[in-house]
Amino acid sequence: MQNGWWGRNKEHMLNEAKPRVANRRNQAGIPSPANHLLLKISLVEVLNQKEETSKTQNRGFSEGTCGSGSATTLILCLLVPMKFTCLSKGKGYHYPPCQMINMCGLRILLDCPIDLSALTIFSTVLANSHQTPNVKTSNSFIQNSVSNSGDQKRRRVNEALEADNLIKAVPWYKTVNTMHLLDTSFIDVILISSPMGILGLPFLTRNKNFSAKIYATEATARIGQLMMEDLVAMHMEYRQLYGYEEDRFPHWLKWEELETLPSELRETIMGVDGADLGSWQPLYSVTDVKDCIQKVQSVRFAEEVCFNGTLIIKAFSSGLEIGSSNWTIHGPRRNITCLSSSIFESAHAMNFDYSSLQGNDLILFSDFSLLHDEVDVSKDSFAPLNYMESEVNHPTACSFSALRNNDNDGENFIKSLVGAEEYSEEMDKLSFICSCAIDSVREGGSVLVPIGRLGIVLQLLEQLSQSLESANLNVPIFLISSVAEELLAFTNIVPEWLCELRQQKLYAGDALFGHVELIKEKKLHLFPAVHSPNFLKLWQEPCIVFSPHWSLRLGPVVHLLHRWCRDQHCLLILEQEVDTALALSPFKPVAMKVLQCSFLSGMKMQKIKPLLEILRPKFVLFPEDLKQNLAMKMTSCSFIHYSENEIVRVPTVRGDFEVDLAADLAFQLQPRRMKQENMAIARLKGQLLVSHGKYFLVSRRQLIDSSQSRMLMQYSTREEKRTLLQWGLLDPNLVLLVLQEKGISGLVDEDRSGGEHNAYFVHIYEPKNGLIEITPTQTVISTADETLASTIFEAINNILDGI
Amino acid sequence: MAIECLVLGAGQEVGKSCVIVSIGGKRIMFDCGMHMGYLDHRRYPDFSLISESGDFDKALTCVIITHFHLDHVGALTYFTEVCGYHGPIYMTYPTKALAPLMLEDFRKVMVDRRGEEEQFTNDQIMECMKKVTAVDLKQTVQVDKDLQIRAYYAGHVLGAAMFYAKVGDSAIVYTGDYNMTPDRHLGAAQIDRLQLDLLITESTYATTIRDSKYGREREFLKAVHKCVSGGGKVLIPTFALGRAQELCILLDDYWERMNLKIPIYFSAGLTIQANMYYKMLIGWTSQKVKDTYATHNAFDFKHVCSFDRSFINAPGPCVLFATPGMISGGFSLEVFKRWAPSEMNLIALPGYCVAGTVGHKLMSGKPTKIDLDKDTQIDVRCQIHQMSFSPHTDAKGIMDLVKFLSPKHVILVHGEKPKMATLKGRIQTELGIKCYDPANNETVHIPSTTYVKIDATQAFIRNCLIPNPELLKSSLEGNSDIGCTNTMSLPLPHLRDEKVAEGILVMEKTKKARAVHQTELLPMLGMVENKLQLAYCCPVNMSSLEHFRSHELNEQSSLSVGDPSSSMKMLLSSDQCSWLRLLLLKLSHSLAEGTNIQQFPDHLQLESFRISVCSNATCPYKFKEDVHASAALFFCCSWLIGDEKLAWRIISVMKDWNSSTAPRQPTS
Repeated sequence: MQNGWWGRNKEHMLNEAKPRVANRRNQAGIPSPANHLLLKISLVEVLNQKEETSKTQNRGFSEGTCGSGSATTLILCLLVPMKFTCLSKGKGYHYPPCQMINMCGLRILLDCPIDLSALTIFSTVLANSHQTPNVKTSNSFIQNSVSNSGDQKRRRVNEALEADNLIKAVPWYKTVNTMHLLDTSFIDVILISSPMGILGLPFLTRNKNFSAKIYATEATARIGQLMMEDLVAMHMEYRQLYGYEEDRFPHWLKWEELETLPSELRETIMGVDGADLGSWQPLYSVTDVKDCIQKVQSVRFAEEVCFNGTLIIKAFSSGLEIGSSNWTIHGPRRNITCLSSSIFESAHAMNFDYSSLQGNDLILFSDFSLLHDEVDVSKDSFAPLNYMESEVNHPTACSFSALRNNDNDGENFIKSLVGAEEYSEEMDKLSFICSCAIDSVREGGSVLVPIGRLGIVLQLLEQLSQSLESANLNVPIFLISSVAEELLAFTNIVPEWLCELRQQKLYAGDALFGHVELIKEKKLHLFPAVHSPNFLKLWQEPCIVFSPHWSLRLGPVVHLLHRWCRDQHCLLILEQEVDTALALSPFKPVAMKVLQCSFLSGMKMQKIKPLLEILRPKFVLFPEDLKQNLAMKMTSCSFIHYSENEIVRVPTVRGDFEVDLAADLAFQLQPRRMKQENMAIARLKGQLLVSHGKYFLVSRRQLIDSSQSRMLMQYSTREEKRTLLQWGLLDPNLVLLVLQEKGISGLVDEDRSGGEHNAYFVHIYEPKNGLIEITPTQTVISTADETLASTIFEAINNILDGI
Repeated sequence: MAIECLVLGAGQEVGKSCVIVSIGGKRIMFDCGMHMGYLDHRRYPDFSLISESGDFDKALTCVIITHFHLDHVGALTYFTEVCGYHGPIYMTYPTKALAPLMLEDFRKVMVDRRGEEEQFTNDQIMECMKKVTAVDLKQTVQVDKDLQIRAYYAGHVLGAAMFYAKVGDSAIVYTGDYNMTPDRHLGAAQIDRLQLDLLITESTYATTIRDSKYGREREFLKAVHKCVSGGGKVLIPTFALGRAQELCILLDDYWERMNLKIPIYFSAGLTIQANMYYKMLIGWTSQKVKDTYATHNAFDFKHVCSFDRSFINAPGPCVLFATPGMISGGFSLEVFKRWAPSEMNLIALPGYCVAGTVGHKLMSGKPTKIDLDKDTQIDVRCQIHQMSFSPHTDAKGIMDLVKFLSPKHVILVHGEKPKMATLKGRIQTELGIKCYDPANNETVHIPSTTYVKIDATQAFIRNCLIPNPELLKSSLEGNSDIGCTNTMSLPLPHLRDEKVAEGILVMEKTKKARAVHQTELLPMLGMVENKLQLAYCCPVNMSSLEHFRSHELNEQSSLSVGDPSSSMKMLLSSDQCSWLRLLLLKLSHSLAEGTNIQQFPDHLQLESFRISVCSNATCPYKFKEDVHASAALFFCCSWLIGDEKLAWRIISVMKDWNSSTAPRQPTS
């Protein structure tokens, strides 16, 4: 029966598919993916719609004429208001949020992850199992399958998931659902904040229109690259085992097949209202990954990089993983902190560097970890017998409110921020895992750890070996992954990216992580794959195996799980993000113990408020979904709530622009003291530049050509007179008095026309005839004589306020 | 604001690098080195010049150490633990890791071998290192609100860095020691193109241009290979850090290629330990070495093992790295005593040796006997090989860096006086940059750039973007006039690029100055503009115009004004209009080419000059003396002062007609 899926005649399927899609959609009342796509597109059009100015700027950029921000259009762009869109709020640690900022006319994409939890909809394949159908022989089933599949599928809808329900095909990968609708060429900058946030990047960079500048920390780029290479390797292995399949539109994405899927799977594939249908992509290749990494400009923590002369971009440690970062973007008009999931005190990565984020106007808060913490861990569908809950029940340790009352000086806030309870909680979890592992090993069972978090793996390696030693157990630890060796070697050469404690090891001359010693002592063995030479020689059970992938669909873990899933003494350690019921369905019945553990993957709720108080932003872009979790009022800053795929306009903070005036230009100023107040004004003339995210006003360049400089000179004297600005009331008698000193005499005549404003006429008769007409808003000098006119003008000009 | 630079060490000499720079109220100490050539107080920089009271915490904002060599870090423990400086200290991660090894080694040599009084204890070294903040390359560190520092790769030794410091708008770079060409394990120095007021650079090789390093490496390998293949032993006295690793990479690689099995030894545990550091800090080496980390860490030497004392007299060839570097005592001296008398053996000296050491004696001439002390004399029959592997930049490198950074001023330190003077001359004449080479304890004052912080309104900024039409036009015209031969040389793109920012700066005593657009000023001040205009109602003899009319209408089409057919219609439709039209034609004739008079139904306009037919008999701008000709037609003119010249010219043209046509009238 199941073979029918595999050997399905594609031609037949294609023929049948079209009419059925149209009919079913309307009858069943399921929102049509096409319609929905239309809605989506309208949103994306808005996203893609470049302001006129930025388009021209883009063009200038490609021509290479745009220097350090001296193009006119560039400055125009800076006047464009800031917009923000959350493209995806993600699903916790392995699928971080993805966002788009539009500032200074530039589009900045934050992270480009993929949803690897969606891999669980696919079936597993094994090299040497009878369950796996051989593709070559499956041809004989074609006839049967066509007739049978219909009934069978319909029956399935409300049943519990069986292994057979899973999709038997080479996996495709689920990207952020609006990403494929975005015009790649419109993205200017991509900021990657964690290794998980880089996994979807090759999907963008392999697009030939891609031209964005990508920034990531060195460690993030390296670990990300290894993760992608590992993913590609595991995928290739799957493909090899599965057999050749043409690169074409997969059958399971066809409407008719989607309908027959169990609702759970269908939801994963289609998302709410079918929005996700377009987000599925076939995996990138090794070359794609290489090309992608080559396009990444790697930075160190707190390294300043200047994009386009306009934006200063810096990364600061977020503490989540080695190299993971929070980004700050300084523009001439606005400073933004992109606050991703952050951990105040990490046992491996450098701690959350929050103090460097101080003083920015806007915080884009995108730590969604609280949202995923709420997820109930236990699942009914899964046999509760062998299921352990490891959530160490900790008191919420909220000493914060007490602190708040005591004083306001901020010192205590900082203390409350970096309180050690988080750290010790995590340590407790790890030691609990270790004790469970030891128990299993004692019973003769092996332990399988398909955890995808580098930090947890590194710490577990250290702690497990210690536990084994103290329990006097001689059990080998294996780390099986195509990048195992490289990854572990890498972690030992990155002291700059690690926490204080690890850095102390550097100064003491010890290896940064315990695995260096373990490998030397032959307690830990690294293998690229289960079929590696020497692997069987060293293999012994019970043992402890770390291997990818946490989705339980790819990699060595599949083979080992098939081997151990019936053994009740064995132990499987999973992360909380994994949907156990679905993930384990191909391995049913599962007798082995399963330990699911949630690890800290962001800020605790009680720390958010003190953090914001320290950072003092003017605006916080805060997720709508977390609004309930965090009922807080802060007088100092205003909150703007955002939801997925909703464009948020961010109000401008500053009315004025900050400009640096060059000293030599300042000395050239000829200030004129004003009659009122302590004020002086001066004409300002210079050249405006944008450089390094700042405006500069400098003296104008000397022209090389003499004729041009002469022209400029003439022009500027005339221009000076033309821009002359005068104000104030003119007293005709005073005018007369002043004129008399210059040998000009006349008579004052009042308001002849009788208008609403008093008008005065000063008749000049000496030396020549003339007239000065004076109203509050206008003074007219009339005479036939040029010299007289200019003398009168000078006199009046001196009386009036002007510049 | 000025920058003040006090050179406490390495002024016109090499040793005890220490420079104090004051910028904008901040005081930074760059390096805190020790002079290896002195044993008295001259060994340390004269710290009393920083602060007479000895309150260094107040006198200094921070201390920055560029790399782990003793002439750059040697006095740090003394300064913090004995002199009592407790402020922040910055150095790179490798320097923080390796400096204590250097200091401890030095302390041991001083106390154990020379029997000197201890300057500081090991605990004090550790205490001192605890105060150090490690920084990464390019990491921008905010020392305090105003002071920003940043490290750049210098390539001299592992972790060597050039430091950039910025206070307000003034910025300087202190290079420490650097190397502009990559070597076996380190990359070349790298720095951004920064806006600098001052560059303080080393000048060890101020006048030397060095050849390729590969030749010297080949010679070294040849000498070693020849010795060991002849069954001899090779002694390489070197310090455990830096040179040892570089030579080890070289030898290990050579051994691999030549398939040699002869053992390479490291004398002490220290070097093995040092390799551990190098392995973890491989990220600070050259890209080529860095890339080896995953498969085989380049500092995991395959052919290198540790040496046991019993091997000294063991037969057979070997290569031994032994400390200390200058054979000033310790293990290298012990081995030297045993190996020197044999002709088969080789002693390779890879670095600089201080006068008085055995190493120095070996390097200066070819001694056959060396007196260790009164009683001991050693026959030296072995071969001696000298290598200059000094990882300093040469004169070309210094010039390249200065040229690249183009600072406003350069200060030379860390070099020999006469050579520095030569380099100083080159920098001043070839690059036109002011250059200084102060001696120790001298101070150099340098002006610094400052910017005045102002605010600018949106309208001001927006106004800056409107290209200057006049300039653009003239430059384009210039182009066509001069012809195509010269077009390239004209700075046309510059002109197009030039955005003239024009506005008014409003300065108030208590507020930040604010640049506003012209139109914003008066509303801001709560004032109303009083527009100052000039006006004159000018009489023109009607007959002169009419005469002109009949004369000119035929040639109408030859005029380059507007559409001829439409203007004809307008001309006939209204009387006023016809007069204006006539005036326009006449003016166009009289005025120079290129003046573009705009025509409106009721007036003509040129710039701000406006002219219309005046039918008001009591027009205030009419004057009695003008109202004489009955046939006169009045044109009311008004203009702004900017177009003064133009206005009077037009008026004089109009008046001219009166006088010139009047006598002609009877004849026609």
